[in-house]
Amino acid sequence: MAAPVTIRIQQADFDIAREIALLTRGRTDIGAVVSFSGICRGTEGGGEIAALTLEHYPGMAETEIERRAQEAVTRWPLQGLTVLHRFGRIEPGQNIVLVLTASEHRQAAFEAAEFLMDYLKTSAPFWKREESTKGSSWIEARADDDAAAQRWTKP
Amino acid sequence: MKLKYFAWVRERVGKAEETIEPPASVRTVDDLIKWLSARDDAYAYAFEKPKVIRAAIDHAHVKSDAAISGAREIAFFPPMTGG
Repeated sequence: MAAPVTIRIQQADFDIAREIALLTRGRTDIGAVVSFSGICRGTEGGGEIAALTLEHYPGMAETEIERRAQEAVTRWPLQGLTVLHRFGRIEPGQNIVLVLTASEHRQAAFEAAEFLMDYLKTSAPFWKREESTKGSSWIEARADDDAAAQRWTKP
Repeated sequence: MKLKYFAWVRERVGKAEETIEPPASVRTVDDLIKWLSARDDAYAYAFEKPKVIRAAIDHAHVKSDAAISGAREIAFFPPMTGG
């Protein structure tokens, strides 16, 4: 069967165990599920932060993630994948993003999860603003995130 | 066409979206940035470092030399920091 792809952009938190259960429910062809969670840290660039606020581009965020998800399904033998990305105000310790990939054997799931995360960082239209005791400012993009995404374009 | 702005580009321009009708001489994303920047200081400030600015036409990433003809929605934003 075709690999089911679930993509949700939401303000609400998510339950990782529930999402894994939804992905694998009724399936006996899945031998591996890789889960990546991105969590809000309490420090950014050496300073303490009170919260992050994530802005996104509704419509394009879904379209862009869908495009990358379909690319992942084409490149790796996946049995399914889930990408959830939150927006709004998120405090340290809270979830920001979830990537789940399911495959028959582990390697495809590991690689596809890493591929999806690298592209979420550099091409999904989300922007983080940090709040600290000194005020608030936009977080700058990191060159090593660009390099991480770039490596998937090499043969 | 509709223009949308995000993150600090939105803050500098001073609005999230607007509808504009640029003249036919404005053919590419880069032309549009120059045309907007010449209109008002707020745009000039938002686009002061054009190499940093990312653009999308109808929800797809494009380069600055992309043609804008036929576009319904063009968005400008800084490099993305999601994930």
